[in-house]
Amino acid sequence: MILSPDQTVMFHAWGLPINATIFYTWIVMALLTVASMLITRNLRPDVPPNRWRTALEVIVQGIQSQIEEIAPGPSRYLLYYAGTLFLFVAVSNLLLVVPGFEPPTSSLSTTTALAISVLIAVPLFGISSRGIGGYLKTYLQPSFIMLPFNIISEFSRGISLAIRLYGNIMSGAVIAAILLTVAPFFFPVVMDVLGLLTGMIQAYIFAILATVYISSATGSPPSFTA
Amino acid sequence: MTDLGLIAGISIFTAGLTVSFGAIGPALGEGRAAATALSAIAQQPDAGSTISRTLFVSLAMIESTAIYCFVVAMILIFANPFWTAALAAAQTAGS
Repeated sequence: MILSPDQTVMFHAWGLPINATIFYTWIVMALLTVASMLITRNLRPDVPPNRWRTALEVIVQGIQSQIEEIAPGPSRYLLYYAGTLFLFVAVSNLLLVVPGFEPPTSSLSTTTALAISVLIAVPLFGISSRGIGGYLKTYLQPSFIMLPFNIISEFSRGISLAIRLYGNIMSGAVIAAILLTVAPFFFPVVMDVLGLLTGMIQAYIFAILATVYISSATGSPPSFTA
Repeated sequence: MTDLGLIAGISIFTAGLTVSFGAIGPALGEGRAAATALSAIAQQPDAGSTISRTLFVSLAMIESTAIYCFVVAMILIFANPFWTAALAAAQTAGS
């Protein structure tokens, strides 16, 4: 049984093997980029919005309102970052229904890369909001004794982010493969529908958790230090 | 019993144990969460949409602990490093 699309080599480019994970990641990236470019090509005040542009605005404003519920205040860069994470994970999970497409999120490499980007983004957002000293001081909260535990929690949240997304998507694929051998006709379709729901919820959770981690790092500094 | 058989037997047994014990905790937790959310919706039907959205998110987060156990079981069965090492050792010893 093939547990991860990393092991499938699609083709060789300039002597480098391109595996299925990279290939399908490129497809998702191309789909998102080309669709947004085509939709926002005529973005001028005098052109009335068409239906595609309205759909895109609904998505972006939905993400924005969700972020503002968690992290009130100006959050333009947070919208870019968390919105990108959500759209990438959601689209790659939703393309599960396309036959032959293996979601890149069912590979531990992709989810680890996403989790590492969250781990890097948290200090960046924190430093840009509080300054280096202010950010490093959050590791000493509430007291000096908590320093090792704060550092451990940084890494454990990264690991749990990666394994949560990977395990959920991979388990859907494995369960579908097992059911195909047991009850090949109707039941796998039901499990695929469940997989769509799980994929959407996991994309939401991934973006929400990234937002929560970032907003807890940026959070407004206590008044007595200001 | 050979080394390979021993490794296979222990791996399969542990994989079953992992999934079964890993399912107990999340099952109890999800049951509690769903029951509390249902009684909250029954008391405040207006807040139903917010409660059910939060319920879905928390159910998925509780469930991820069960998923961790599932991942460990899958590794034990399909990507067991000890099995691979023992197999390689047996092949070099045999050839």
